[in-house]
Amino acid sequence: MTEVLDRPLLTPDHSPHEEHGPSGLLKWLTTTDHKIIGLSYTVTSVVMLVIGGALAEMIRFQLTTPNGTLVSLAQYNELFTMHGSVMIYLFAGPFAFGALANIMVPIQIGAPDMAFPRLNALSYWLYLMGSITMLSGFFTAGGAANFGWVAYAPLSNSTYTPGAGADLWIGGLLLTGFSAIFTGVNLVATIFYLRAPGMTMFRMPIFTWNMLVTAILILLAFPVLTAGLIMLYCDRHFGTHIFSVAGGGVPVLWQHIFWFWGHPEVYILALPFFGMVTEILAVFSRKPVFGYKGMVFATLSIGALSLGVWAHHMFTTGVVLLPFFSIMSLLIAVPTGIKIFNWIGTIWRGQIWFSTAMLMAIGFVITFLIGGLTGVYLASPPLDFFTHDTYFVVAHFHSVVMALVLGGMGALYYWGPKITGYLLNEAIGKIQFWFLFLGIQVFTIPMYMLGLDGMPRRMAVYPHDPQWQTLNDISTVGAVMIGLSTAIFVVNIVVSWKKYPAGDNPWDGQTLEWFTTSPPPHHNFYRLPQIRSERPTWDYNHPEHRSIGHTTPEPPRESERTSS
Amino acid sequence: MKVESKIMLGLGLFFGIIVAVYWFWGHDNTGSVMIFGGMLLGFLPGGYYWWWSRRMAARPEDDPEATQAQGAGVVGAFPATSIWPFTLAMGSFFVVLALVFGIWFLVPGLALVIWAAFGGVAESRRGGRV
Repeated sequence: MTEVLDRPLLTPDHSPHEEHGPSGLLKWLTTTDHKIIGLSYTVTSVVMLVIGGALAEMIRFQLTTPNGTLVSLAQYNELFTMHGSVMIYLFAGPFAFGALANIMVPIQIGAPDMAFPRLNALSYWLYLMGSITMLSGFFTAGGAANFGWVAYAPLSNSTYTPGAGADLWIGGLLLTGFSAIFTGVNLVATIFYLRAPGMTMFRMPIFTWNMLVTAILILLAFPVLTAGLIMLYCDRHFGTHIFSVAGGGVPVLWQHIFWFWGHPEVYILALPFFGMVTEILAVFSRKPVFGYKGMVFATLSIGALSLGVWAHHMFTTGVVLLPFFSIMSLLIAVPTGIKIFNWIGTIWRGQIWFSTAMLMAIGFVITFLIGGLTGVYLASPPLDFFTHDTYFVVAHFHSVVMALVLGGMGALYYWGPKITGYLLNEAIGKIQFWFLFLGIQVFTIPMYMLGLDGMPRRMAVYPHDPQWQTLNDISTVGAVMIGLSTAIFVVNIVVSWKKYPAGDNPWDGQTLEWFTTSPPPHHNFYRLPQIRSERPTWDYNHPEHRSIGHTTPEPPRESERTSS
Repeated sequence: MKVESKIMLGLGLFFGIIVAVYWFWGHDNTGSVMIFGGMLLGFLPGGYYWWWSRRMAARPEDDPEATQAQGAGVVGAFPATSIWPFTLAMGSFFVVLALVFGIWFLVPGLALVIWAAFGGVAESRRGGRV
């Protein structure tokens, strides 16, 4: 048996599992426990997913006929603006770094909590207030923001987009932006300063590594967006002309600032899900992560390169350095390719357990590959000129973000039992997977074809063309399947509610979170194993199959010496 | 601490090379300034970690042979409950509403922000609930 010692985590006069303080609503309002904050993030962000999804379904139903009458042209602008905004700003990011990272990173590295618990609570409340602020635009006289989720100048100025909805969008984004920055600070400090003894940087789980790079990217990118939003607000209300040609400003400056945040944001969204999927593939293949250090360096490379690719969103402006941004964008395919190679290497000849989480992870790899490869096309300026602002681009990034939804769902099935103590129903989960996975392909593939045929994005009506209508209808069927998969997920939660106790380690997990109880106690651990590889829980549970490669050999124990 | 510093310094160095290439190739002020900022954000904390890593012994988390007993003791102060983050966020919410609906929202907004700032500092000085 590996030596296990209790590790006092608090001042001696407090027991680590001693719970005291307020209860009920006041407990929720005042908690600084990263698990409760993470759970609040999870629930809020999944609610945002449902709201954003409902907006998406309305968009798709509007497009089932060329002259759709479900919403007016003006309302359609609000729909696609708020759909994008809710999904990107209020769901995908907060779900990744607010919900799952918040809960899992401290547990994966053996920390009692995040480094700054009160800052963590502030992040959540800013996120919730920001979400309410942005969504409340729907209840103002002029409606919600309607300039697209990218708010390009001069469309976003006070002449073309007057009204409170746009200002609420800016205000909501300021609040959620600060929330993200604080979470980034917290994650970096936690990972650098609160690791358990023996948990060296190159023994951290891949998910934690990815969250470290994500947090650094947040710190690089989000302050730029915040500055840009303040400039936009000043242009709208204080008579400045930063983005206005009339006053000597430069409209394309907004695009530079927005995408300097916006492209790293793509990786801020994607890297956490890469990490989740890496963990799932390894655990359900009964193998260590293939090419651990390669994965780490690939993640660092993606993070570094992501800061130099922003203007590939601006190729058609004619004022950006095409070869530089094309080369940088194409280069990102190399570390991403390494990741996909390593994912295949991880499951290669493994003892694969096709659980719901594993299916979701494999679905992620396939869907992300489609989205990633079409992204390589778009990194080439001649191809981008042809497809810019068409449905091809919409299809590309929906393949990417829907892959993230698959990864996120997989993570909920994988880590949900650790967080709640209960498993979800696997049979219902598999039905959900097939609806979601097939729905995504039925939803996106017609959009690629529409884009190549020249259908522009952000159109509420389109010319009478039987082929366009058929493709749009098929895409709508896919969107309905995705919606049904979310409904099946909700049904699964209801059906499985406190029905299937998980135990501490239902999947025979490898990393430290599976060593503690489900759900973990206050301050996470009653005891910790010796950490001698990146799979401490596996090493503890399978002393006969200890990790090799990254393991420092231990001297033979007394029992081994006497027996040999 | 050395690995941590190398990550940040490495990112700073990479951004330094990129900003040099980008500036001499494209002469774009906006992008160059932003990547230059990225470079500073790599070098600043990276330099700090490097400075410390040369002046302190390896921490238990940096030692591959560390036992859990070496981590015994006070890890840090972790307040279990605090109302001030919520108060501060509510204040920020009202401040943002002032940007949209009228300056009068600043009254409750700033009041809550200032109250939370004082309350949070006082709580830290007391030690808070642990």
